[in-house]
Parts: sequence; C-alpha cells; structure tokens
Amino acid sequence: MDKKEEILRISGVNVRKCMRCGKCSGTCPSYDEMEFHPHQFVYMVESGNIEPLLNSDSLYKCLSCFACVERCPRGVEPAKVVEAVRLAAIRQKGNNHLKAEMVPELIDDETPQQLLVSAFRKFSK
Amino acid sequence: MHRIGVFVCHCGTNIAATVDVKAVAEAMKQEPSVVFSVDYQYMCSEGGQTLIQDTIKEHKLTGVVVCSCSPRMHEATFRKAAAKAGINPYMVEIANIREQCSWIHKDIMSATDKAIILARTAIAKVQLNAPLTAGESPVTKRALVIGGGIAGMQTALDIAEAGFEVDIVEKQPTIGGKMTQIDKTFPTLDCASCILTPKMVDCSQNEKIHIYAYSEVVEVNGFVGNFTAKIKKKARYVDTTKCTGCGICTEKCPQKKVPNEFNLGLNNRRAIYIPFAQAVPKVATIDADYCTMLKTGKCGVCSKVCTAGAIDYKQQDEIIEERYGAIVAATGYNPIKIDKYDEFAYSQSKDVVTSLELERLMNAAGPSNGTLIRPSYLDKQDDHRAHPKTIVFVQCVGSRSCDDCGKSYCSKICCMYTAKHAMLIREKYPDTDVYVFYIDVRTPGKLFDEFYRRAVEQYGVHYIKGMVGKVSPRPDGNLDVQASDLISNEQLHINADLVVLATAIEPDQTARSVATMLRASMDTNDFFTEAHAKLRPVESPTAGVFLSGVCQGPKDIPETVSQASAAAAKVIGLLAKDKLTGNPCVAHSDELMCNGCSACEKVCPYGAITYSDKEFRQPDRTVAIRRVAAVNEAVCQGCGACTVACPSGAMDLKGFSNKQIMAEVDAICK
Amino acid sequence: MVYSYYPGCTLKNKAKDLDRYARLSAQALGITLEEIENWQCCGGVYPMAKDEIATKLSSVRALADAKAHGRDLITLCSACHNVLKQVNNDMLTDEDICTRANNYLKLDEEYHGETKVIHFLEMLRDVIGFDALKEKVTNPLTGKKIGAYYGCLLLRPGKVMQMDDPENPKIMEDFIRAIGAEPVIYPMRNECCGGYVSLEDKEAAAKRRNAVADSAAGFEAELMVTACPLCMYNLKKNDSNVPVYYFTELLAEALGVKEN
Repeated sequence: MDKKEEILRISGVNVRKCMRCGKCSGTCPSYDEMEFHPHQFVYMVESGNIEPLLNSDSLYKCLSCFACVERCPRGVEPAKVVEAVRLAAIRQKGNNHLKAEMVPELIDDETPQQLLVSAFRKFSK
Repeated sequence: MHRIGVFVCHCGTNIAATVDVKAVAEAMKQEPSVVFSVDYQYMCSEGGQTLIQDTIKEHKLTGVVVCSCSPRMHEATFRKAAAKAGINPYMVEIANIREQCSWIHKDIMSATDKAIILARTAIAKVQLNAPLTAGESPVTKRALVIGGGIAGMQTALDIAEAGFEVDIVEKQPTIGGKMTQIDKTFPTLDCASCILTPKMVDCSQNEKIHIYAYSEVVEVNGFVGNFTAKIKKKARYVDTTKCTGCGICTEKCPQKKVPNEFNLGLNNRRAIYIPFAQAVPKVATIDADYCTMLKTGKCGVCSKVCTAGAIDYKQQDEIIEERYGAIVAATGYNPIKIDKYDEFAYSQSKDVVTSLELERLMNAAGPSNGTLIRPSYLDKQDDHRAHPKTIVFVQCVGSRSCDDCGKSYCSKICCMYTAKHAMLIREKYPDTDVYVFYIDVRTPGKLFDEFYRRAVEQYGVHYIKGMVGKVSPRPDGNLDVQASDLISNEQLHINADLVVLATAIEPDQTARSVATMLRASMDTNDFFTEAHAKLRPVESPTAGVFLSGVCQGPKDIPETVSQASAAAAKVIGLLAKDKLTGNPCVAHSDELMCNGCSACEKVCPYGAITYSDKEFRQPDRTVAIRRVAAVNEAVCQGCGACTVACPSGAMDLKGFSNKQIMAEVDAICK
Repeated sequence: MVYSYYPGCTLKNKAKDLDRYARLSAQALGITLEEIENWQCCGGVYPMAKDEIATKLSSVRALADAKAHGRDLITLCSACHNVLKQVNNDMLTDEDICTRANNYLKLDEEYHGETKVIHFLEMLRDVIGFDALKEKVTNPLTGKKIGAYYGCLLLRPGKVMQMDDPENPKIMEDFIRAIGAEPVIYPMRNECCGGYVSLEDKEAAAKRRNAVADSAAGFEAELMVTACPLCMYNLKKNDSNVPVYYFTELLAEALGVKEN
C-alpha cells in the first residue's frame, strides 16, 4: 500500500483540515529535539513526502503528551500522525527502535515498569 | 378545460448539462391540457419572458408551467411576465429542475426522468389552480431599530432624514455601542469618539428619532407594514426628565467597587453612574445589583446630593406599546469569552488582554487616561515597569476554529485592528518591541493592505508567520511567549510584558431572542440570515424585517455604515408606500365544514384566526348557531399550519389547497 | 461505597507508596477498593493507531470486569487512567474498534464502553467532596506551599479525559486546599515532564523536568505532588531540588493514617 495511505489509515487523521497555523509546533515541548516538527509531519504526510520522516530520529522524540492535539484549532491531532509514521517505520522487519538487549544499560534501580512497557509499546513491535 | 404551456429552461449548462431538456419538453407535449411545450436557453432573460408572453397570447394559454430554478429565485419574475400577457399570475407554476434535480444528480438519464416527473407534477397542480387576487393592507409609517450602535444609529438617521418617524431601542443606558469603546479607527486613524459622538448628538436632536435607551423589545406581533412592539423601559431609578447629567451623584455615591463595564472591568465605577462623558441620553442610572439603598434601604446619598430631585428609588419597569411598518435588527456583537483558551493564560495573568481591553488601555477616557499601562500596574503607574516594552499580539484567537470553544468563521476585523494597535504603539512608544503572530494577514479593502504594510515597513512591527502555543506567566511578572516561527522553522520564546489576544467576535447574546420575536431566521452561528446572500443582503426572509451591521455577519465600521444605510433605504422604500399588496395564498375556512374545535387558532403563529358564533340554516329550515373560524387575510402569512391542524378539513390554503397537493403527489406516484 | 480498582504494574512494584497510601486513605474515607482479579498491564501509553486492537485488549478486559461487577472503575496511576479512559472512549465511540475487540475477546457479554472510569482524585472531588474531605483532615498540612503537577496524562485530550479544564485545571489545587496546604499555581503544571524519553534520551528528559521544576520553584512551591510514577521518577531528579510526593502520601498524612 502507498505509504501515505497507510499512515492516514493508521492515524485516522484528516490532514487536509490543517490550516498551517503552526500552533502544534508552537506548543510542542520536544520541538528543539526534533528535526521535523509537528506541523511538518502533518504537511509532509499530506504532500506524500514520507521517506524523510520514516528515517528521522524525530519519530522517537515525540512525548505523546497531546499538547498539540489539545491546542490545535482545527482538530487535526498531529500526535496521531507522528505515531502513525512511527508505526509505519517500526512495523517493518528489523526496524525495532528499542531492543530487549539494550535495556540493561538504559535502566537504573528506580526505573518504573511503566517506563519500560511504554517504551516497548512506542518503540518496537 | 385548461390550455397549458410548458417552458423548459436550460439555465445555460446548469440544467442542460445534466437534464435532457429537449426530451423533457417533448415528453410534456403528451400531457393532458398541454397545448404547447418548448425549451429555451435562458427562460428568465428578456427573450425567454417574451417567448412566454407571446405564447400565452398566440395559444390562448390559461396556465403556464416553467421548468427552471427554485421558485424562490424566479417565480415572481415569471408571474409578472404572465400577468403582463393578460393571465392571472397565480396560474403560473414552477417545476424546480435545477436545485432539486440537475444540481444534485450526475446521471443524465435519471435526472431527465426526474425532471419529467417534476414537470408533470407542476402540470397536475396548474390544472387545479384558480386565479387569485391579493388584498391590500395599510402601512404604519414608523420604523423600529433594535440596537443603538453605529449600525442602528446610521439606519435611524437615514430613515429620519427621509421624513419618517423612527424609534431606537438600546439595552445599554446610552446609545453608541461598541464604537464608543474604541480609541482610533482604521485605516485613517481618526479618533472614534470624534466621529461617533456627533452622530449620537444628531440622533438625540433629530425630532423624528426617539431613543429608548436602557430598554428592550419584549414582544413583537403583526406583519410587514403593521407590526406592534412592546418595549420595556427598565427602571433607572432616575427620572430622566429631571436629571441634568451633572454627575454629582456619580462622584458622591459611596459604593465604589462596581466593575466598570465601559472599561471592561479594568477599573471600577460607582453604583450610580453615567457610562461616559458623551453618553446619550446623558442621565444617571442606578445599578440595582450594587446600590446599597435598593438592597438594604440604607444610604440615599445620591438622592441627597441631587439638586434636580431626579432620584426615584421606587421607579418601576415600564412597558410601552408602539406600532411600526418596518423593523431593523442592529443587535451587534461581542468578543467571545476566552476562558477556554487558557493556554494563553488570560485568566492567569492580568497582562494578557483582549484587543478591546487594549482599546480602553490606550484611550484617553480609559483607566490609565490614555497612557499605555500594563493592567497589573494600573494602581502603581509610577513604577518604571508599568510601561510595556515588549508586546506580543496573537491573531485568530477563537476564529477559524473547529474546536468546541471557538468560531468556524474568520472574524474579519482582527487583522486590521491588530495592525492599527501595533502601529499606534510604535508611533507613541518607539522604544517598544511589537510582535504580531499571524496565520494569514487578511486585509482586503480600500487602503487596507497599504495600512498593514505601513505597520511593517514604516513602523517596524515584527510580523511572524506562526502561532503562539503557550503563554507562561513568569515569577518576575513577565510573560514567556512560546511560539512557532514557520518561516525560519524555529520555536521562539519571547519575554513579553503584555500579550494582546485578537479575540473572535460573535453576535450579541440577545440576537437569538430578538430573531425569535421577529420570526427572522438565523444561521448556526446566530448571525441573522439574509433573504438572498448576494441579491438581498440587508433584508431578512421575513417581510418587513431588515438587517444592519454585525448581526448579519462580521464587518468593520465602514462596511457597517454602508449596510446600515442600505437597510435604511429598504425601510424608506417600504414606508413610502401607502398600501402593501399582500400574499393571496392565505388560509380560508369552509364554515359549513368547521366544527369549532379551535385547533387552528391554537397553532396560528400570527394570531390570524378568530372564532365567532354564526347562524346557519339547517336542512329542516330551523336555524342553528355554531361557532366557526374565520381568517383575517391581512394577517395570515400562508404558512399552512392551520390546514394541517384542522381535523375536519375545513381549513385550506389558497394556491396550496389539499386537493392541489394530493394531485401533485398522485402525479409523482403515477 | 465499593469500587473496582485498577492499580497497574508500577503500583505493585516501584510505586508501592502511591498504592498503599491510596488504600489507607480510601479506607479512612469509607471507600472500598476491590482490586480487579487478574488484571493485566495497560501498556503504559495509549495506543493511538486505528488499526491495532491487541494493544487495547488488556484495558477492555479490566473495563468489562468492572461492568460485570456493576461498579465504577477507579484508577490511580495517571498513565493507566489515560489509557483506560481513552480505550473506553474508543469502545464507546469507534464502532470498528469496538466490534473487533469484542470479536476477539468473546466476553460473556459484549462490552461497549459502559464502565465509568474515575480517577482517585475525581472520587475525592465528586464522591467524597473536598469540603467533606477537609472536615476529615486531622493533621492539616498548614502553611505548606505545594505545586500540583498534572503533567500531560491526567488532562489531555480534554474532550476524552473530562477531568478538568485542560488549560487551567483546579482539581489538584482544590485537593491541596482540602488537606490544609496552600496551592501554588505555576504555568508548567500541565506541560509534559519528558518522562517517556527518559530511557534513551536522558538529556531531553532532564531538560523537560527542570523546566517544570524551575517553574514550580520560581513561584515558590516547596514541594510538588503527582499521581504518576513515571513523572515521580523523572521529576525528583530535578536540579532545583524541589521534592516530589505522591498526592496519596500527603492525603494519608493529612488524614492521620500514614504509618511511620
């Protein structure tokens, strides 16, 4: 299936609702960590320019904090677009971003279970 | 036996592209009583109308069916044409094969089939049409304008200028509306008061204009040319005939803690007040919610200081009734409430203000006497931090939103007033940095884009394409404005000391109840709808009701004034007539069938039905007295509610009789 | 009053205090928390994908279990609350997800989002009432200036969570007042602490948590309260040295049921 179609289907988002105001990127707490910003995710998916997004580290910088979803005046839900692109990337074979063998090095004594389960849910299939 | 002519319109390609018009015309030739059938490119053109008229004469037609657009569009056109050719205009019926057929179908075959059925239906109806003659009703030569802002005032002045009496009903203690709160006007930057207050004075001095300020319309009855309205004059607790407007009471009143709505709550007023110096009428009003005397019976200071003896704590609301020929809605607007947009910290910081609040902060009659002061420093204006040095404007707050708290439309005026604010601030305080975050800058209008460009090029206002995501109050009292800059692809943090939100506007909350009273329709945003969006923009679909100003849609002052004068012209056109030709399609009761149940009387929204006892000769030659309904044809609007409610089938609507409608249904089902 | 209770994975392990103090407080307030049997981890983060069903099933099982017992479902961990509430909303409003989840689970009775999910804080506000809570406080935390930390999970998306105004909430502030302390309102209270990336991007997580703590400290909060174990983990490492507590611990303390 066409990548754009796949992402639209996974996210359930109508990217055409975007009016290019940039409020999502104005509110994003991870903005400076991202190569592509929330409004660019929406725009690039709409224009079918998906490859750069699939290969970008920005996919793993979104905090899923829903600030962009809450504040978008058009109800676009950019976080769902980011998640859909991330899934489109990690669902490909061998593309897990987080692998079990990496975990021991990343955790400490206090790491809550919540962090591990959510990281696995977000970063690997 | 009727002789019917059928005229099928192409409407260019509007109909002809989807409906095989020749096939329709051909098929109609087979219908009973049809003696002529033809298609033509534009039936509403002069050529088309002439064709109808010539055919009526040549073929001695008694009935006409035009297959064309909606009857809302051209029924009147074709009826007028037919009348000129000598037949009763109500012998013309329209089959709507455009809006309800060609525009909604794609397949030519099925659209053509449907057009044929619709044409056949109209023919079935015409077979049962009878010539109708409209009655006449007199016109009360007085107009009512609801709302005394710049829209209502301009409409009233123009109507009065033409020599007709006009009443302005304004719910606030003074006329003038929102424009009284505005400092300067774009694009000329002249002072709003300087151009507004002379108009207010004109209104009060014009002997044809009667101002009911601090009043509300509470009931409207009647119909075009013959409305009756009840107006509630709210108790001011001040005799307006005695009050001289000297203002002593407003200085001596001990209740000092009343939020001053004229300054949007940025400062306080007394419980007895005159909204502002140029108020019309310039009389005091007691705010019953705050007056100690009215609440507890103890005080009476205003009464003691009033040398005119105008204070009357026992004053009651008063209802007056007046008759009007025409009514103009000019109910205006308000900025929306923005407590649901608290990512901009409006309810968390005093230094986040709406644009209208900024107008007060910049106005000589405002809480800081015209010096721009941060609201958090209004009571310590000598502090060097009282003067804002970095100001951020946020555009489109609540406009163009499909979330629950905003408005889907563009509020239209914000781009221009924001450019005005930015420019005025840079002009008066050149050491201030001004940023404007915009999504689009929308400045169509004479000298409007030039005005905005002047803000950028001449005054150095920083316009940034992007939106503010969050405003965070800082411990030092400043505001951290986090925003995106879409051109440089950066997230910005601006340390601001004043943030101004260009807040969306919405129709005044009273607009809906006014519309209900006037039986005028509204859209989903509570703006009044026009009779025709393009061709009848100042008339409501309800006859005799006209629209002026923002109650019809967002607009700036020049546009409002133009529309206000346009509405006045329509009112004058109506009031200039001595008699109005009514609609002959009115209800009629068959007394012999009426059982006197009153069902029709109860559903009639116009009060057009009355009952009376009448003598009837019985078959046995005795006389019986029965209670029967009668319709006042001058009042009936032909809505048909009574015909549906009538259980005995006595009530019928001329031009839309039960028989005609059944014949139409039969024709469709054939 | 008996409620079904969904503790979630972390409350059985690294965040035992959050759970323990909640149970003690609930008992003191006459609320019985019946832990759902054999509950499974919610996954810690709401799965947004429309085409995934497996990641939502553990939540649906818990929701259906509460329905089977005819009870409302109380949650405590912000993440669990967010996931359960959002999945519940899917079951209520997204026909496709609902059908597929039911087809897969084959429950005794189909589940269509009937269960009411309420956070422990909402129970305090709507069932006990903050005024009534105030009266039950024996050991008020008088004079303590506390910054409520909502984070992202409790409030957003506002349309689904419906706990409070997502931009200007007050439920935690009202709670803080009820236990006798003074709430400190600071703008970062509803911004994400960055906990989710603290596994692999320690720097970004530090940047976010310090932005939150600096904001709280700037407005003179002596301590912060949270309902989220992940926020706790991340936030307590803040450079402003603002201590972070679970709100349940302060509640238990105020009610005089906190053990030594």
